[in-house]
Amino acid sequence: MALDEGKDVKGGHDAREYDHEGEFRHVGTRPDRPDGVDKVTGRARFGADAYAPGMLHAAILRSPHAHARILKIDTSRAEALEGVKAVVTRADFASGLEGEDWNILENIMAGEKALYDGHAIAAVAATSKFIARDALELIEVEYEILPHVTDVDEAMQPGAPVIREGAAEPGVPEGMHPNVVRYHESGHGDVEAGFAEADLVIERHFTTEATHQGYIEPHACLAQMGPDGRGELWCTTQGHWNVQKLCAKLLGVEASAIRVTASEIGGGFGGKTTVFIEPVAMALARKTGRPVKLVMSREEVFRASGPTSSASMDVRIGMKKDGTMTAAEGTFRLQGGAFPYAPMEFTAMCAFACYDLKHVRQRGFDVMTNRPKQAAYRAPGSPMAAFAVESVVDELCQKLGLDPIEVRLKNAAREGTRASYGPTYPRIGLVETLEAARAHPHYCAPLGPNQGRGVSCGFWFNFGGETSVTLALSMDGTAQIAVGTPDIGGSRASMALMAAEELGIPYEDVRVTIADTASLGYNEISHGSRVTYASGLAVIKAARDAKRKLIARAADKWGIDPEAVEWRDGAAHPAGENAGDFEPLSIKEICAEMGATGGPIAGHYEATPEGAGVSFATHIVDAELDPETGKTTILRYTVVQDAGKAVHPSYVEGQFQGGAAQGIGWALNEEYIYGEDGRLQNPGFLDYRIPVASDLPMIDTVIVEVPNPGHPYGVRGVGETSICPPLAAVANAVSNAAGLRLRQLPMRPARILEALEAKADGEG
Amino acid sequence: MSMVHVSARVNGDAVEFLCDSRETLLDVLRDRLALTGAKEGCGTGDCGACSVIFNGRLVASCLVLGAEAEGAEIETVEGMADGEKLHPLQQKIIEHAALQCGICTPGILIAARALLAKNPDPNEKEIRYWLAGNLCRCTGYDKIIRAIQDAAAEMREEA
Repeated sequence: MALDEGKDVKGGHDAREYDHEGEFRHVGTRPDRPDGVDKVTGRARFGADAYAPGMLHAAILRSPHAHARILKIDTSRAEALEGVKAVVTRADFASGLEGEDWNILENIMAGEKALYDGHAIAAVAATSKFIARDALELIEVEYEILPHVTDVDEAMQPGAPVIREGAAEPGVPEGMHPNVVRYHESGHGDVEAGFAEADLVIERHFTTEATHQGYIEPHACLAQMGPDGRGELWCTTQGHWNVQKLCAKLLGVEASAIRVTASEIGGGFGGKTTVFIEPVAMALARKTGRPVKLVMSREEVFRASGPTSSASMDVRIGMKKDGTMTAAEGTFRLQGGAFPYAPMEFTAMCAFACYDLKHVRQRGFDVMTNRPKQAAYRAPGSPMAAFAVESVVDELCQKLGLDPIEVRLKNAAREGTRASYGPTYPRIGLVETLEAARAHPHYCAPLGPNQGRGVSCGFWFNFGGETSVTLALSMDGTAQIAVGTPDIGGSRASMALMAAEELGIPYEDVRVTIADTASLGYNEISHGSRVTYASGLAVIKAARDAKRKLIARAADKWGIDPEAVEWRDGAAHPAGENAGDFEPLSIKEICAEMGATGGPIAGHYEATPEGAGVSFATHIVDAELDPETGKTTILRYTVVQDAGKAVHPSYVEGQFQGGAAQGIGWALNEEYIYGEDGRLQNPGFLDYRIPVASDLPMIDTVIVEVPNPGHPYGVRGVGETSICPPLAAVANAVSNAAGLRLRQLPMRPARILEALEAKADGEG
Repeated sequence: MSMVHVSARVNGDAVEFLCDSRETLLDVLRDRLALTGAKEGCGTGDCGACSVIFNGRLVASCLVLGAEAEGAEIETVEGMADGEKLHPLQQKIIEHAALQCGICTPGILIAARALLAKNPDPNEKEIRYWLAGNLCRCTGYDKIIRAIQDAAAEMREEA
């Protein structure tokens, strides 16, 4: 969910869309995904798999400095190199942009200053990628190196280098460092009065490091733009309408001048919701009049795409001896790189969203540092909040001798609870996930020496957004759906299942295509866990629109009122007093005659669904600590999450498992490491270690289904919530295994050893 | 810039190409032979998305130079299916929903086939260690392991 869109966060919205009755025929089954064969044979075309006649290759020169004034860029030697066709710098992009448009331009091509290690300075297009890379070395840049800061707490200190003067928005408390650019505060009640009622109040400080989404496919695109100012762009993205909009603004052309086609996408997790290289490739294509291919290296992905924020947090919670939480408050400081919009308000708003609290207050600070502009990463801002809050809840349970699931059940948010961030919850499924976790055999399985069990809950808002779908019927009665949300994890299958359900036709009779920007109305990005919810709702409504038209054709043929016709089992049936008067007309029969009975039949839907339905999960994890090495091994993991209604349960389980795996990586291994010189020290998969197969156990899943009132079938998005609980769940397991508590992530072996030694010293 | 002339065999077919001495085997497969099934995820041999079989050995094709392929026998994901008939591993990966985005899938398939050629009945741990060089960021590996075990069982029955 991209914060910079400026959209309202929905949570308590009570859109009544749920209308399903009876058994599902297709929804809830597990057919093969429609694009399965493409993806196992190498036929699927991802971002870097496109080629064009006369294509040039591009490469980007990046700043080696964390913070430097750009005094001069001399591109003449590069331009003179045989095979080089063009060099672009900031001067080749639009001027006069403001706000987030300016921020995005500044991030993809530096202006007066290089703001982080890896910041783009210039780009070259040449007849081969080797010539393009060689040419980068011939570009001469004169820098005036400036002092830098990469740590969130240091960036708030008096005397810290200022990233950008005057960037602070109204509302930032007086006296803050200019790097603090936004402030959030929310909550209700009187927290001090609440803490006075508590038998135990615990306040702790936590930090998490920046992590990267770690999608295996680097950013890649193929751009074309003719002298008529019209262009085409092929790219790997979660949202090609957003790419179209941003490229148009950054190049100073009309949106309709650029047609964007989304390739198959090799993972995104939020990191492909914005632009990095696409406008650069378009600028080079415009300058050369030739197709330009631009592909990031893995090092560039780490240094210059959008990792998540690092965080510094303080959380205080009061509890009675019986486990009742009396008050909670938190302060969350997030750095989002050299630009505003670190998702600190999401951190603050998600922090206590699992609990029914009379007194709650949360504050967020958005801080700029000399790092790349953060981008969304799966439930942006929420996992770190859950790490801090759920760690304190666990410590309270330990100290008061209470069961962690019972305590969470006692305080859990339910339908009617006033959420910590404002709205009143409609029907939600947190209690059901806790009850299922308590009943799971994992929760009472025996543990061995040096082993511990951790529990955590997690919350995410979920999102709707602009959605447009067309469902066209063929002459043979099969259906072709055009959706605008890239299929990032099997969504074609869920779209086809929902269309088959509505139309009463076989799953195999539905083909789902991801349409380009010229073929549908605006579609919001595949983010905010919105695809199965919003595009799914749109598919259902488009199918219902088509069904109305099919019914009208049958009614017309029979000479009866359309209201006297009902649709079931893929056919129109006369109903009511006409029941049995005519033989049913199947979708195949109606479609075969469509030309003569009124023309082509298609269903459409365009809207902004607002009933996404918030999502909760409870995770259980067993960890074993090796006291010799400090290494943590995850022994067993169970994810319990509310899916509302699982359309394709296998892909729902996959989302649960994938989020847990990413969370385990965040908890134990993954971090951006900056040196004293402000340079990223681990821009590769060898040193930025994401979990590999041998690091993980099987990940058990339990799908809870508490229908979302805002979707016709009760669907809730499932993609993001699964990454919220693991950080705390793993920390709580480590705490229970070794009797020590780590409040800094990642819990790498050296940190655990240090804590073990400190504990031994304290006991000795 | 002088180019190197190379003759090799890819998925059984004789191929010839000219390549820059700096080009990797992965570059050659993708850019010169139009076989884009192998993917570049890192370019440093850490992610396994470019896995191919090179003279019978499982390699990261981003760490092999195109010029080294003279006379070599190379197998890629494009050669796994037999016409319309998918390899059991391909079939089981689909059936088990053992992919989400699919970018790692070609590398996983090539690596898994190499494992089953050596060990037709691997246990979970053996599969996990064999695949430790193939990164998947979407699935948490659970369904991949199950798909490989299921395919192995089917292949043992057929053998």
